[in-house]
Amino acid sequence: MAKDVAKTGNEAMAEAMRQINPDVVAAYPITPATEVVMIFAKYVADGLVSTEYVAVESEHSAMSACVGASAAGGRVMTGTSSQGLVYMFEILPIAAALRLPIVMCEVNRAISGPINIHCDHSDTMAARDFGWIQIFSENSQEAYDSLIQAIRIAEDPRVSLPTMVTTDGFIISHCLDRITILEDSEVQDFIGKSRKAEVELLNVDKPVSIGAIDLQDYYFEHRVQIAEAIKNSKKVIQEVADEFAKKFGRQYGFIEEYKLADADVAIVALGSTCGTAKVVIDELRSKGVKAGMLKIRLFRPFPAEEIIKALSNVKALAILDRSDTWSGQGGHVFTEIRSAMYEVKNKPKMINYIYGLGGREITKEHLHQVFADLGKIDSKPLYNYLGVRE
Amino acid sequence: MKEEKPGWKKLAKADVLPAGTAESFETGDWRSDRPTWHPERCIQCLICWISCPDTSILVKDSKMTGIDLKHCKGCGICARECPVKPEKAITMSSERECKL
Repeated sequence: MAKDVAKTGNEAMAEAMRQINPDVVAAYPITPATEVVMIFAKYVADGLVSTEYVAVESEHSAMSACVGASAAGGRVMTGTSSQGLVYMFEILPIAAALRLPIVMCEVNRAISGPINIHCDHSDTMAARDFGWIQIFSENSQEAYDSLIQAIRIAEDPRVSLPTMVTTDGFIISHCLDRITILEDSEVQDFIGKSRKAEVELLNVDKPVSIGAIDLQDYYFEHRVQIAEAIKNSKKVIQEVADEFAKKFGRQYGFIEEYKLADADVAIVALGSTCGTAKVVIDELRSKGVKAGMLKIRLFRPFPAEEIIKALSNVKALAILDRSDTWSGQGGHVFTEIRSAMYEVKNKPKMINYIYGLGGREITKEHLHQVFADLGKIDSKPLYNYLGVRE
Repeated sequence: MKEEKPGWKKLAKADVLPAGTAESFETGDWRSDRPTWHPERCIQCLICWISCPDTSILVKDSKMTGIDLKHCKGCGICARECPVKPEKAITMSSERECKL
């Protein structure tokens, strides 16, 4: 029987990890993700899981150990944030290229500098081009559910790609939330008792080389294999979400539409901001404003078709980015959606807001301002910063 | 005959190869100095075999039998470490001179 408990985002992720009981966890602590692996390390010490916990000297080593353990055929998890994720960058694309289904708990935090420990999406967005599947969470429940689903997605032979599930630093990671957790046996039945690896580095009866040099004559084909796998992962991600919904009652998609069907004005957002936006939209609806929201849960692969369809009736759209691309052309989400919309005939007018960098709070008032701006979108600049002092 | 290389659809996932393929790949072709073994001077101490970083000292039945020039990079450690006096059992010479 599922039961309701109070858990922070970090506790929820650690609980999911306990129930998943991976073969190997290699991790290095970093705020605000420390608790995920710290709580899990206690589970290891208390004998609640059979995991081999590798306490490494850096995130670079953590991801390297994960690659080795996963290549050996294990079910492998880790957790990190911000500079820790950036320190893993050298190994992240190797994990994808070797098609290793490592699952990471990533807590979104600003990247230095100046040094800052609070939430924005700069770290995860900077890792978007490494062949990892990326799932964002609005709250602890989504983080918990998505982490369990991530094991199935990553390990599916049609995918075989590493996957990161993200929460927002402090806003989700450290805030108590009421969530529904599953029975240990339900989680184990859903993910399968152990990973069925296609290749096992430690299988001495069938020795293999993994990660050999791959030059002009083969590298390109292997990169296309990654591109195809991540494209095809959409089917698997939806299948896993549907099975999860059938068994446990909570349905997920690539995106979530909130009062979007008849909306004239809408915003696009990821993560915890979506919760605030829902309250603002309800307030606007009670005043007769046809406001709505598109929440993006899956950022890699980018669900362009679904987003285009969901936004087909919207007249004015504000795309909220909690990160900057430093291109002078807006944030990561804005550039993706604008590119996806290029061929669409009746597309909404779009503007971009970069907000919340370094944990700068986003309030209901800010979002009311965004919706008010959408009423006079023609007079607004294309690129805007929300909540910054001039 | 032109070698047929598989496209991405047929290529093994993730560049997984059978073990030991380095043996068939010539990595000694950029060597600039070549070691030469002089069996008449060799005392079979196998210090060259212990010292070689590229397992290029060929040994059969506990005896040094030659040098694997397909994989030797010409680092010269074997010649440097060879204890035979007054003339060493492994000497180095320029690859350019060997080829002339």
